[in-house]
Amino acid sequence: MSHQETRLIFKHIDEEGYTNDIDCYVKNGGYDQLKKAVTMKPEDICAEVLTSGVRGRGGAGFPAGMKWKFLDRKSGKPIYLICNADESEPGTFKDRQIIHQDPHQLIEGMMCTAFAIQAKLAFIYIRGEFFEGYKILESAIEEARKKNFLGDNILGSGYSCDIIVHRGAGAYICGEETGLIESLEGFRANPRIKPPYFPAALGAYQCPTIVNNVETLCDVKHIIEMGGEGFAKIGTPGNTGTRIWCVSGHVQKPGYYEFACADITLGQLINDICGGLKPGRKLKAVIPGGSSSKILRADERFTGKLKDGTEYDWGIEDIPMDFDSLMAVGSMSGSGGVIVMDDTTDMVEALANINYFYAHESCGQCTPCREGVPWMRKVTQRMLDGEAREEDADLLKSIADQIAGRTICAFGEAASWPVQSFIAKFKDEFVEKAQEQAARRKEGKETAETTTLI
Amino acid sequence: MKIESIVENVTINIDGQDVEVPKGINIIEAVKMVGKGKEVPHYCYHPKLSIAGNCRMCMVEMGMPMRDRATGEAVLEEDGTQKIAWMPKPTIGCATNASQGMHIITGSEMVKESRNGVTEFLLINHPLDCPICDQAGECRLQEFSAEHGRGYSRFIEDKNVKPKRSRLGPNVTLDDERCILCSRCVRFSKEVANDDVLGFVDRGTYSTLTCFPGKELSHNYSLNTVDICPVGALTSTDFRFKMRVWFLKRTHSICTESSVGANTEIWSREGKIYRITPRRNDEVNDTWMTDTGRALYKEIESEDRLMHYSIEGVHKASDEVAVAATELLKSGKVAIVGSAHSSVEEQFFYKAIAERSGAKVSLVSHHGDGDGLLQSEDRTPNLRGALVTGLISELPSENLEVLARDINSGAVKTILAVNEDLTELGISKDVLAKAKVIYVGSHANRTSEVANIVLPSLMVFEKDGSFINQSFRIQGFKAAIPGPRGVQSDFMVLEKIAAALAGEKATAITIDSVWERMTATIDQLSDSLRWHSLPEEGVALDATAFLNLGFVETKNLKYDPVAFKEAHAALAEV
Repeated sequence: MSHQETRLIFKHIDEEGYTNDIDCYVKNGGYDQLKKAVTMKPEDICAEVLTSGVRGRGGAGFPAGMKWKFLDRKSGKPIYLICNADESEPGTFKDRQIIHQDPHQLIEGMMCTAFAIQAKLAFIYIRGEFFEGYKILESAIEEARKKNFLGDNILGSGYSCDIIVHRGAGAYICGEETGLIESLEGFRANPRIKPPYFPAALGAYQCPTIVNNVETLCDVKHIIEMGGEGFAKIGTPGNTGTRIWCVSGHVQKPGYYEFACADITLGQLINDICGGLKPGRKLKAVIPGGSSSKILRADERFTGKLKDGTEYDWGIEDIPMDFDSLMAVGSMSGSGGVIVMDDTTDMVEALANINYFYAHESCGQCTPCREGVPWMRKVTQRMLDGEAREEDADLLKSIADQIAGRTICAFGEAASWPVQSFIAKFKDEFVEKAQEQAARRKEGKETAETTTLI
Repeated sequence: MKIESIVENVTINIDGQDVEVPKGINIIEAVKMVGKGKEVPHYCYHPKLSIAGNCRMCMVEMGMPMRDRATGEAVLEEDGTQKIAWMPKPTIGCATNASQGMHIITGSEMVKESRNGVTEFLLINHPLDCPICDQAGECRLQEFSAEHGRGYSRFIEDKNVKPKRSRLGPNVTLDDERCILCSRCVRFSKEVANDDVLGFVDRGTYSTLTCFPGKELSHNYSLNTVDICPVGALTSTDFRFKMRVWFLKRTHSICTESSVGANTEIWSREGKIYRITPRRNDEVNDTWMTDTGRALYKEIESEDRLMHYSIEGVHKASDEVAVAATELLKSGKVAIVGSAHSSVEEQFFYKAIAERSGAKVSLVSHHGDGDGLLQSEDRTPNLRGALVTGLISELPSENLEVLARDINSGAVKTILAVNEDLTELGISKDVLAKAKVIYVGSHANRTSEVANIVLPSLMVFEKDGSFINQSFRIQGFKAAIPGPRGVQSDFMVLEKIAAALAGEKATAITIDSVWERMTATIDQLSDSLRWHSLPEEGVALDATAFLNLGFVETKNLKYDPVAFKEAHAALAEV
């Protein structure tokens, strides 16, 4: 059975002869939607986006139209639009492609959005490591400015808005929207407490601000093209539009694949699209939405009721790839980073790897995350170093439980969900690790080989 | 948000009890209002600083009355009571503001578990060196660990290592390992001291407090960061390793550095002062004071301290000296150089002595630059006292040239000088030699050296009394330590002189009997007011009589001369 990709955002990605300059973009119908948008009423565009049901592609999956509705327009303060291009969730590599290969799509989506919310100024906060992307965006913006797609009096509409590209200084936490805003303002990227600092009310420079992911902003362009209802026809109700799945790990053909929501199952994605696992290997686990999403075990059965009341009984390969289904099985679609693990994977090592990342990236502002996450890292590192104890699994879970839901931002959850889910589903491996090492110690052997993380 | 600006009250429910609190007040303050020692534990929250919400200790469960989304009508429980929509996660009390109908639970399993979690986390990398830590005994981490900790550690890994004794500035030493990164000191420097010098470097668990490159914590409020540090990270370089706080006696006092009159607490043991810290008074100094004000007690042990009553350089008993002084004062042609460093009680006696000896009274001004916060231009604590007691009716001048002329002309033959070195104020030693000098003061100077009679006086730390600050607030201070052996309270000796001048017999007086006399004669002090019954926060006096004097103070933390005048004028009209 073959599956057809629905390439919407990635329509021209990797297309032969397609370049990232403005002439190529315009030749392919580029900026037509912006031309259309500026003739529309801003509130009508907002209404279309709300109708489209498009959900945020950055991780949380919050409806973008709803987010825009929360904008505090009564304050009289200027409104800012920020594009979150700080793509740094391990396992995710979609925004980078858009920026590198089709930057004008992002710019057009952003200008449509900026017009819709009547933003005074727009920013692209780009991950510091994306230096090439930064250069591409800068020159693309210059091209667009020359053609009056942004800048003063855009296309004669009377609306003016410009885009400023800001390079991050290299921290995962800058992807958290309030941390991003702090960083943009020139401070340490310490996420803000919510309440009161909801960006829609008190965002950049204490003004109402919308922060959207690169892919979400690109979607806006397509919503204008096909109308909210047209866009909503892609996918299923509540899970509209396409998702770009970034598949990595133990598959034959890792890469990015764009499908309409719920168009394929996890099994089809792995086996048909990505060419399956390496010969002789068996699927062990999948992290479906970037490293912070909860891991799924290959032999799990998922049963329950969906939001619309339909009952489901899925094996891991039956899970439809969309927001609600992945949430129903206790994980999330997150940023679309599908990490596949086969039976050669040492789960303790895998978790140690993830813990190392989050401990390194914790901003250090609030106690549970600052102290708890590095503690989990030290525990998993010690387990690899040959000092594992049987009680470490329970300890890890207990630490994670003390972090999740107790922190300023969602980083606390992002760092504890992997631990909670690894222990819940692979506790036996953590205990076995300790037993093995104890046995080797008894025999007078080295308890562990050297493992280097990351 | 200023609490004063809130007028509207709302009813919230704390642990099943309905409480009326000002709308918008945060849950930490609201719970405090319930009383009975109830407290939401917290580290980073400070009532006078912005909300950071980073320690996560003050978590409570919060719920709001449930309303139907479509109709907006209240959703009721089966028994007809309002249904509460509880938040699934605990929320931080410091950033949760009271609104009508809010429900709070401060002691549920979820709350306890999250506080225990935070406590455990704070301790894993903490050096746990309480036995050698200065903060022990007044450490929130130590206190809450006893209350919320598990009593043993599950942490078997290596602790983080950080700098143990960084010099942040001339007065503050930092132990980074003890720091819990609450950011109180950072916020204080930025928001109150207006000197943004502190910040965190490095990330995550390696976050370290430090000064910005090329800067140091050298503003005159740096020791407040030590006070507000909830743990033993920021330590006073002066107080470090000197004394256990639980051995220290705490005495309420007033800072004499300037006319602000910051409320202070003196920490002493066995007659020795170890440190001075600010005491909260929202009308005067919030919870702050200057570094320079804290160092004033060092003068106590200064080598030039006057320790003995003496006549012509010979040590005498206080009674003899009082008699001799009286004789001199009786001889007429007397001038008094009073002091705005004297307490109200002492000034009251100088006023009596002036009246009875026909002396002309002058005071000398002591001005400096104001810092706009808690160090005002007038560097005396009690100029208003001299006005209220009637010792003077005009503001003091810069020097004593007029008095010098009077000595030269022979109009003045005897001078009673209080705490001032006349030789620095326009009266040369030669001129001074033409008059008899009675010197009252705590420390020796060139005037005391040539004085015929010397009466040693006690410092503010050694006596009871009161001062009237820049906003005409009378505030009491108590003796923390005894003065030099044999030196009596100033007003006791002054009573002997004043009584003798009136031909009366001196009586044994206490500070409250002085107040009985004072309140009977001074309009601004209500008759029933006594020193012992002075409220902690002091009493604001009527300043109407003095509004037209050109006081030097400009706007500072709690005093705005223009607003003060306007408020008083408005009051007078009513």
